[in-house]
Amino acid sequence: MQRATLDLWVGIFVVAGLAAVLFLALRVGNMGSFDSASTYTVKASFDNIGGLKARAPVKSAGVVVGRVSDISFDTTLYEATVSMNLDARYKFPKDTSASIMTSGLLGEQYIALEAGGEEKMLANGDAMKLTQGAVVLENLIGQFLYSKSDSETSAPDLGKME
Amino acid sequence: MSDNLIEIRDLSFAYGKRLVLKDIELSARRGQVVAIMGISGGGKTTLLRLIGGALRPTSGVLKVDGVDMGSLDRESLYQLRRRMGMLFQFGALFTDLSVFDNVAFPLREHTDLPEEMIRDLVLMKLNAVGLRGGADLMPSELSGGMARRVALARAIALEPSLILYDEPFAGLDPISLGVTGNLIRRLTDTLGVTSIVVTHDIQESLRMVDYVYFVSDGVIAAQGTPEQLKASDEPFVHQFVHGEEDGPVPFHYPAPSYAEELELAA
Amino acid sequence: MNSLLDSLRGIGARVIDGIWRMGVATRFFLMILLQSGQSFRRFHLIIREIYSAGVLSLIIILVSGLFVGMVLGLQGYETLQTYGSEEALGVLVSLSLVRELGPVVAALLFASRAGSAITAEIGLMKATEQLAAMEMMAVDPVARVVAPRFWGAVISMPLLAAMFSAMGILGGYLVGVVLIGVDEGAFWSQMQAAVDFREDILNGVLKSVVFGVAVTAIALFEGYDAPPTAEGVSRATTRTVVTSSLAILGLDFILTAFMFRGV
Repeated sequence: MQRATLDLWVGIFVVAGLAAVLFLALRVGNMGSFDSASTYTVKASFDNIGGLKARAPVKSAGVVVGRVSDISFDTTLYEATVSMNLDARYKFPKDTSASIMTSGLLGEQYIALEAGGEEKMLANGDAMKLTQGAVVLENLIGQFLYSKSDSETSAPDLGKME
Repeated sequence: MSDNLIEIRDLSFAYGKRLVLKDIELSARRGQVVAIMGISGGGKTTLLRLIGGALRPTSGVLKVDGVDMGSLDRESLYQLRRRMGMLFQFGALFTDLSVFDNVAFPLREHTDLPEEMIRDLVLMKLNAVGLRGGADLMPSELSGGMARRVALARAIALEPSLILYDEPFAGLDPISLGVTGNLIRRLTDTLGVTSIVVTHDIQESLRMVDYVYFVSDGVIAAQGTPEQLKASDEPFVHQFVHGEEDGPVPFHYPAPSYAEELELAA
Repeated sequence: MNSLLDSLRGIGARVIDGIWRMGVATRFFLMILLQSGQSFRRFHLIIREIYSAGVLSLIIILVSGLFVGMVLGLQGYETLQTYGSEEALGVLVSLSLVRELGPVVAALLFASRAGSAITAEIGLMKATEQLAAMEMMAVDPVARVVAPRFWGAVISMPLLAAMFSAMGILGGYLVGVVLIGVDEGAFWSQMQAAVDFREDILNGVLKSVVFGVAVTAIALFEGYDAPPTAEGVSRATTRTVVTSSLAILGLDFILTAFMFRGV
């Protein structure tokens, strides 16, 4: 094989390979605006996280602003502690509230941030005070049924059963 | 003494505990063709590999061009090997390179010569073995004899002072055999190199070499010029030169007595 | 009693032999790394090997990738449809390809296409004394023959895996969107929301690099270590495919456990 032909083929091969990586990065994946260099971490405690998983998106006004990095259980408060990496471009006030929402009826769960009014901004390592846990579908159905039948049993008890 | 390119004194070599060569004394002068002959498995290829530095002597002295091979580190061994050429049994051409590139290989690896000069040198070497016209062939397109001639051109590409031949005549038809023999002789004379030929082709060797060593059972059993050997009446040499079936080299592999094994003896 | 001792001795000999071979293989691998500098200085040697390991594997990789993706599209659609979430087809196809199937299947194909070729080539070069001839010409065969093949193959592997994944996703797109009629916008946007560049794609690339190193090192060692006979080379070639396939799957488990355990 002539050297020039060989070089040409290898050139085509390498370019095609890099193009494939680029395709994966840009078209298939969300080319990381969230790599660790440009994020800051905040925490929030929830009484119930439902089906939230690590790497679930954190959205504000529908825009993805970060990702859940870690979920753990706090044995002093008996609550779930969720750490999330937020994009450094987006700053939120200290009294921002976090709630766990579901996209669609059965879709994946995400954290929605609602900005507060305080002047001070959240910094790396801060915790959000105002949180609202996941709406568990069973609880909802339970509440609905009990309110219908005017039962004396309180709905939250049923929630604790699951 | 500096007339001798190869000096071997009192050399022994063992694979593990098995002694393959012992008390070898051998020397080869510049410009000579020296044959190492003997029966298969007698240690002659081992001797060639020792000279090439692929193996280290267990004891004794082996000097090539005044350099003691026993104590060389890898770097100096490679330095020395640039002045050696070796022709392997079946040529050992690089099958993925053309004839031209095969001969150019040592030049490209060891020199920074411009491509035009390499081209001229390669064509010169190929011309010397009569294969200038086949420069663009691939090794798979060559006959056994041609492949060996290309390998010879490759071996002399760096103008070595020593060329080692491992069974250069094996498997060649009589014409190619004669051509190869003459080529070895002619290259040795025109380039002024020393050639060491390991072979068991006695007739061809006696025709063209200057001196012969017979290696048998790890020792040098006989030596001399072709004339001396032809006239020799030493039983081993006589058996070898005339190709007799039985003699000092027995036809039978060592075994208990035939009668005993067939339980004929009481 | 004697047969018991014999079988014990047999086990012992095998273990010692295995450990000894591991040691030889490790030393061989270190030698490749030590001799690599020279091959990078003569990069055209590596380019040659990228050609024979990478370019010549292109067709099998691209075609297999396309078909694997198309099958994923079909099967995934059938399953997702029962839950009414066909739009997640893009997620299913892309995550399975980028994380697992791309690197693993591409590496398995690479082992049988390029790995076996490397073993056979080096084994034959050894059997026909080409390596010994090189050594006698004062050229180190590890530097001249082995190291360029190593780097050529190691460079090719992640590129091939990426092409496999990309082709597979296109195959899933063809079947899912063009053929069956899944909503195109949902297909891509759900995929982009679910596939993370660092967590999924880079980890997949990292996997394929590890597989490339493993397959190539095994192939080169088997070739270099092969007995110089026709039978020895053919056995070594078979062993390359078997050993590297096992190595790929075993390593895949270990890497997956480390990379995606958090999910």
